[in-house]
Amino acid sequence: MLSQGIVNIIYVIAAVLFIVGLKGMAHPRTAVRGNINGAIGMLLAVLATLLSPQFGFDWKFVAIGITIGAVIGIILAIRIAMTSMPELVAIFNGFGGAASVVVAAAELVRYFKMGADGSVDVAQMSIATVLAGLIGSVTFFGSYIAFGKLAEFLAVKWKLHTWQKLVKGGAALVFIALGAYIAYSYDFSVYSILSLVFLIITAVITYAKKAVFPGMQAIKMISAVATVAVGVMLVLQVMGIQSFTEQPMDLFWLLVAISALLGVTLTFSIGGADMPVVIALLNSYSGIAAAMTGFVINNTVLIIAGSLVGASGIILTNLMCVAMNRSLTNVLFGAMGSTQQDVDVDEVYKKVKSTSGDEIAMMLEMAQKVLIVPGYGMAVSQAQHAVRDLANLIESKFGAEVVYGVHPVAGRMPGHMNVLLAEANVPYDKLLEMDTVNSMMDSIDVAVVIGANDVVNPVARTDPDSPIAGMPIIDVDKARTVIVIKRSLSPGFAGIPNPLFAMDNALMFFNDGKKAFVEIIEAVKDV
Amino acid sequence: MDLVMLLTVFVLAIFVGFEVITKVPPTLHTPLMSGSNAISGITIVGALLAAGATSQHSPHLAKVFGLIALIFATINVVGGFAVTHRMLKMFKKR
Repeated sequence: MLSQGIVNIIYVIAAVLFIVGLKGMAHPRTAVRGNINGAIGMLLAVLATLLSPQFGFDWKFVAIGITIGAVIGIILAIRIAMTSMPELVAIFNGFGGAASVVVAAAELVRYFKMGADGSVDVAQMSIATVLAGLIGSVTFFGSYIAFGKLAEFLAVKWKLHTWQKLVKGGAALVFIALGAYIAYSYDFSVYSILSLVFLIITAVITYAKKAVFPGMQAIKMISAVATVAVGVMLVLQVMGIQSFTEQPMDLFWLLVAISALLGVTLTFSIGGADMPVVIALLNSYSGIAAAMTGFVINNTVLIIAGSLVGASGIILTNLMCVAMNRSLTNVLFGAMGSTQQDVDVDEVYKKVKSTSGDEIAMMLEMAQKVLIVPGYGMAVSQAQHAVRDLANLIESKFGAEVVYGVHPVAGRMPGHMNVLLAEANVPYDKLLEMDTVNSMMDSIDVAVVIGANDVVNPVARTDPDSPIAGMPIIDVDKARTVIVIKRSLSPGFAGIPNPLFAMDNALMFFNDGKKAFVEIIEAVKDV
Repeated sequence: MDLVMLLTVFVLAIFVGFEVITKVPPTLHTPLMSGSNAISGITIVGALLAAGATSQHSPHLAKVFGLIALIFATINVVGGFAVTHRMLKMFKKR
């Protein structure tokens, strides 16, 4: 067993390794090493805890918990497809939030039974417990909704696969069972019954078929206010200033239940293209929840690691909002498309020209510089390998240079497109940022857009009344020729037509993303 | 440690976080998220203490909560670092 002093020093080393690890993420060359540093830091923190005098050396639960968690974690990490990475990150965020809630609950149970152990200030402990419970619960339930929307089994009208039905029904059952357990454990006290009611409402909402339903905003507001009120009550209760209940734990679970409803309503109405913002925000919450848990158990390594992650998530959230020219409030409280205008779609698309694989192959033969702009459609049709094959082919056969222009919000999470292209062995120095490609657009002979729409819509620059006005876009309309691969002329998430499709230098190739690339590859081979 | 010290650590760590993370290029934003998510699994420390407490020091219910938290946190930590490693290995120079 180590002395507490030595344990604390190891915690400092762990914290340093986390910072060094994140610093390594500044470049793809150093990032693998950085991630390993972070993992070593985590291992040190765990070992130090297991050898610390605070640890009770009751190994049974520890062994069971670590084994189950590690097996599930490894299986998820190995088996997940790169296209499903947003779902996985969403669910991991949720688990982090849940862990914070349950640790806070454990500490509170211990406190009520055994009293303060002298090292923790009661005011600090009570406030931090409330915040860890609140933020952790919003994170867990919000992440479940984000996961369900990404995996397309929540807020949809169509028939679900069996596994989707199982997950959806299972989750709703777990929520209600949790409420029933709370009500039963605390002898059906007022607060415990309220917890059950809130969890039932939460479960029912997950079965809504539409992302926006009447009364949604009201529930959002009421649960936000109620969360704060119950939080204050719990702080007063724990500090012994005012007694609201005989069994203080029922008040904690009520806080968790109302936060659950808040987390669900905050994320439920958020649409696909706004997902990057939500995932980044939930990432931030999971860090802040961990930091709050650090205040609960008086542990600096939790506070440091948690606030690093909190800061990281906030930066990403902000970057995503800037890349859509929207405020966070606007994303969370949903006002997209409020400046609805009547545009005659037929008029906009009057001069649309469509093209074929052979014609595209001929254009690529003449091109010296080709730009590929991927969007979520590339992920949906799993076209990344075909895209890479075409790029390699025209580089070797025609001697052209191919680069990729990635919009910050392309895909369903920050950096989603980059991971998919890296998976297809596209070297990272070919993945260029929006500003870089825009500054070299004059020299681009052919720009190929696959599965992207709003992020290349010139209306953002030209029409100040458009819902996407001011959003930074990739200016493919300024390239010599633009080829847009798309199944139809249907609008993107913003719900507005895209005049790019009808411009003089634009050609539409109506096809599924992957099939289109396979067809172009065949045509290029025949040139 | 007293509250003021902990708050100091909290605020300074947020600033360090801002400094370090702003240097991460957009290319690596997905691995950044999954990697930082694994780091937020540091709650595992709290979970270990709760799950491993002896019954003289802690009621059984607190230990059960500790076990549940430990499972969640371990999934987060192990899965998070592993999937980040898998992703980062794919990023290669030409």
